[in-house]
Amino acid sequence: MSTATSTQHGTGHAHPAHEHHHEHHEPGFWQKYIFSTDHKMIGIQYGLTSLLFLFFGFMLMMCMRFQLAYPGKPIPVVGGLLEALLGEAAKGGVISADLYNSFGAMHGTIMVFLAIVPLAFGAFGNYVTPLQIGAPDMAFPRLNMASYHVFFWGGVLMLASFFVPGGAAKSGWTSYSPLATVAEFSRPFNGQTMWLIGMVLLITSSLLGAVNFITTIIQLRARGMTWMRLPFFVWAQFVTGFLLLLAFPPLEAAGILQLVDNLFHTSFFLPTGLVVSGQQLPVSGGGSPLLWQHLFWFLGHPEVYVLILPAMGVVSEIIANNTRKPLWGYKSMVYAAMSIGFLSFIVWAHHMYLTGMGTKVATFFQTTTMMISIPSVIILTALFISLWGGSIRFNTSMLFAVSFLPMFGIGGLTGLPLGFNASDIYLHDSYYVIGHFHYVVAPGTIFALFAGIYFWYPKMTGRYMNEVLGKIHFWGSLVGMNLVFAPMFIQGLRGMSRRMSDGGATYFGADDIALKLNTSITHAAALLAVAQIPFIINVFASIRSGRKVEGDNPWNATTLDWATPTPPPHGNFASEPVVYRGPYEYSAPNAQGGYISQDQKP
Amino acid sequence: MSDHSNHAPAHADGHDHHDIASHIRTYLVVFGALLVGTVITVGMYYVHFESMAVTVAVALFIASIKAFLVAGYFMHLLSEKKVIYSMLAVTVVFFFALGTLTLWSSNDMPRNSEAKALYVP
Amino acid sequence: MEIPYTYKPRPDTGLYNAKVGIWLFLASEIMLFGALFSSYILLRVTSPEGEWPLVERAWPHGLLNIPIGTFNTAVLITSSVTVVLAWAALKMNQFGKFRAYMLVTLACAFGFLGIKSYEYNEKFTHYELRLKDGQVHTGHIEVNGKHAGFWDFGSIYNLDRLGKEQVKEIAFTADPAKPKPGEKHAEGAAHEHKKMTVQVSDIQKLDAFILRNHTFFAIYFVVTALHGLHVLGGALVLGYFAFPGASMWRKNPEQFTNRIEVAGLFWHFVDLVWIFLFPVVYLL
Repeated sequence: MSTATSTQHGTGHAHPAHEHHHEHHEPGFWQKYIFSTDHKMIGIQYGLTSLLFLFFGFMLMMCMRFQLAYPGKPIPVVGGLLEALLGEAAKGGVISADLYNSFGAMHGTIMVFLAIVPLAFGAFGNYVTPLQIGAPDMAFPRLNMASYHVFFWGGVLMLASFFVPGGAAKSGWTSYSPLATVAEFSRPFNGQTMWLIGMVLLITSSLLGAVNFITTIIQLRARGMTWMRLPFFVWAQFVTGFLLLLAFPPLEAAGILQLVDNLFHTSFFLPTGLVVSGQQLPVSGGGSPLLWQHLFWFLGHPEVYVLILPAMGVVSEIIANNTRKPLWGYKSMVYAAMSIGFLSFIVWAHHMYLTGMGTKVATFFQTTTMMISIPSVIILTALFISLWGGSIRFNTSMLFAVSFLPMFGIGGLTGLPLGFNASDIYLHDSYYVIGHFHYVVAPGTIFALFAGIYFWYPKMTGRYMNEVLGKIHFWGSLVGMNLVFAPMFIQGLRGMSRRMSDGGATYFGADDIALKLNTSITHAAALLAVAQIPFIINVFASIRSGRKVEGDNPWNATTLDWATPTPPPHGNFASEPVVYRGPYEYSAPNAQGGYISQDQKP
Repeated sequence: MSDHSNHAPAHADGHDHHDIASHIRTYLVVFGALLVGTVITVGMYYVHFESMAVTVAVALFIASIKAFLVAGYFMHLLSEKKVIYSMLAVTVVFFFALGTLTLWSSNDMPRNSEAKALYVP
Repeated sequence: MEIPYTYKPRPDTGLYNAKVGIWLFLASEIMLFGALFSSYILLRVTSPEGEWPLVERAWPHGLLNIPIGTFNTAVLITSSVTVVLAWAALKMNQFGKFRAYMLVTLACAFGFLGIKSYEYNEKFTHYELRLKDGQVHTGHIEVNGKHAGFWDFGSIYNLDRLGKEQVKEIAFTADPAKPKPGEKHAEGAAHEHKKMTVQVSDIQKLDAFILRNHTFFAIYFVVTALHGLHVLGGALVLGYFAFPGASMWRKNPEQFTNRIEVAGLFWHFVDLVWIFLFPVVYLL
């Protein structure tokens, strides 16, 4: 196709420059900040909203931790506020068992669906992906705006659910039926109903986002940006997009079915002859509680990789940039990411070993579960080897990126015993599980996202974040996270169940040591909270008083996101970028500064 | 592929009027086939098969042929681009994974008859 | 820089953006309906053996109106072919023909929805009655001498409500015995509509053919309603392109033709879902 390149070139300049100027009147406040169609503004909207939700989810956790350490005592500082807002459920500033359940369910939901996914996929994906592939914007800018707004209202609905009679959803973030339906059976419009409507909105938003991302990556790559020249971050977003696109709809279906169960008292997930509090439930029966679990975990497991893949993408960019070396095994990492994406769809039932599963099915899911650890290890190994022999710049973003590796490693390896049903039968629903997935998501994904914020902040604002505050933030977080989550493995191995409002004090099973650890974990969580203060100050103060960047490419990076003006204007690139080489040409012997950017002519 | 023919859309992706006219004939034939397929599907309802499996297989077979006609001709999937084929291939794999693995695990459930007796209200 | 390939195909993929987008969206729709079909199958295969309504939770057969369902299938198929013909008309620069085909499509879409709501109403006014002596009937009820009206949710009764309103007896018109699939019509008395008076105190269960009554109705209503919403959504989009949105035809005919193609793809998908839905819920 000899006309191919010329056509592509032609469309890029289809409109003469003067016409372009006409459209460029300064947009008003609403258009610029609220109803923006610019991917960068939408990325920042996603970022700020999800950081607020991250903070809110963290605060829910702090309340829960206090309750675990000091059951029955009023919460300091916010106790009065809670009582004023939530009434009976927080009488005297003490968290009731019901409220603890609500906080637990909402902490999980908010952290997964309203904080991490929108931050990793919505914020970084939106801001960075089009820049890295050399596109002027997303393929469907108005759809992009719509997906943010749908997400926002889904979040508002979730928050509002705290104030409906009966309180917010309290059946865990997994919302297992029949509990989720019978918890407030006589009151069809309850917190769980709001949760489900909120989830349907969040899922819709993610689906629109996924369609947009995949289309953008397929269609809007700059000239010369072939698949194997894509930065790994883009690959990670691409696979994540497919995970969201294909795994979320079954949960949407399940959400609709449970919504109908709650509102119209159908029995999709309610078995025949269900007895609650000594009375047979007045429903037809004939449904299957396991069906909910299947549909939920069909999303639930790929969701884990939705959380982790973008994090790996961010970390790869930062490691390559700060070691000043090409990523080791870029192609293997790409294929590994694709294998993770594929396998993540057929491992879901390892969350369900205890629901009564036959040996054949259990064997199948154990096998696939063990298989999926291989590509994860490939990526992690490639990143470790990338460090080898580099002259590493230890700035804050690199510190976070490097500590992601062992933290995610611990999270991943502690998952193996949960993947075998023999050991899972003992560990299931214990604090061991909590420790495992928090290691993956909190010091894993969240560290990667912090790294990303420190890394791309200069591109977004034209100023660096403060390094001293950043390092305090890093070391405080690293110590805090480990002191919080490592003892949970011990608690779990000693038999402490999750989801107990007093930490299991009144239940048989946990011993003294496990219970005592509750207090120390709570203190560590307080340390973790304090360590976030410098970060919050840093984000806001650096907008005005941070050190100014010297140029458009402050980190001497090779990818196209640094080839734009700072901050990038509407339309991103001054002229259409053309790509001549792979994404990580660092350590080039003859190049100026030792690196060659992707759009540099050979 | 002429890039600058802004106005006659018929020429934009290589179709001309004659081409489209033959397409239209295809569409009408497919339409007829779909109606016939519907009649056959309903007709099968009045034919009694001994086993449920055969009934289901026959019904799904006819439905699949109809689906093939709609997707292949109306949605132009028979002459679509590679990108779309690969996207759909992945989707179809996961579609079947969801269905078969869910059903398999509900079939492979360890059961005992006493527990079943307790199940009845 | 402007966003490229909004309507011109990108040379290496051969596709314009919206076409990639719609197929991705349809992929997610496949998974959505796939999950619902899986749920249907799972609920069905785990239901007890036997014949409904004699066995309470057995899976009902032949409850839905097959002639009407068949007709509705034909309506939807017709709308599908007219959409593709409308697109072909645009390709041949025949705008008038395009609009005519779109009008037929829209008529079919709303016809489909109208027929569907008639079917829904049939179910809302149809009852399952179980008496304490073990008798089981299906049929229609009159409470205080009143029939249920069209789409009158207030007239749906169950035992709870009869108790609350202190109704002592209801009139019940039982259905004639239904021939099984593949059998000739049975001769004799079973054929007649039997009207009887039922004491509320004798009733064990009374409920209309609505969602809460049986998982079959639950999944039937949810899936067809979701499909109906897709029909409605698709019809609104097509209606927009046929009338207010059609002004684009003069400014950028190629982009407009693409839009019709993309909307058409969605519409065919809705048809595709129905092609599976119809045999699965009506016939099997």
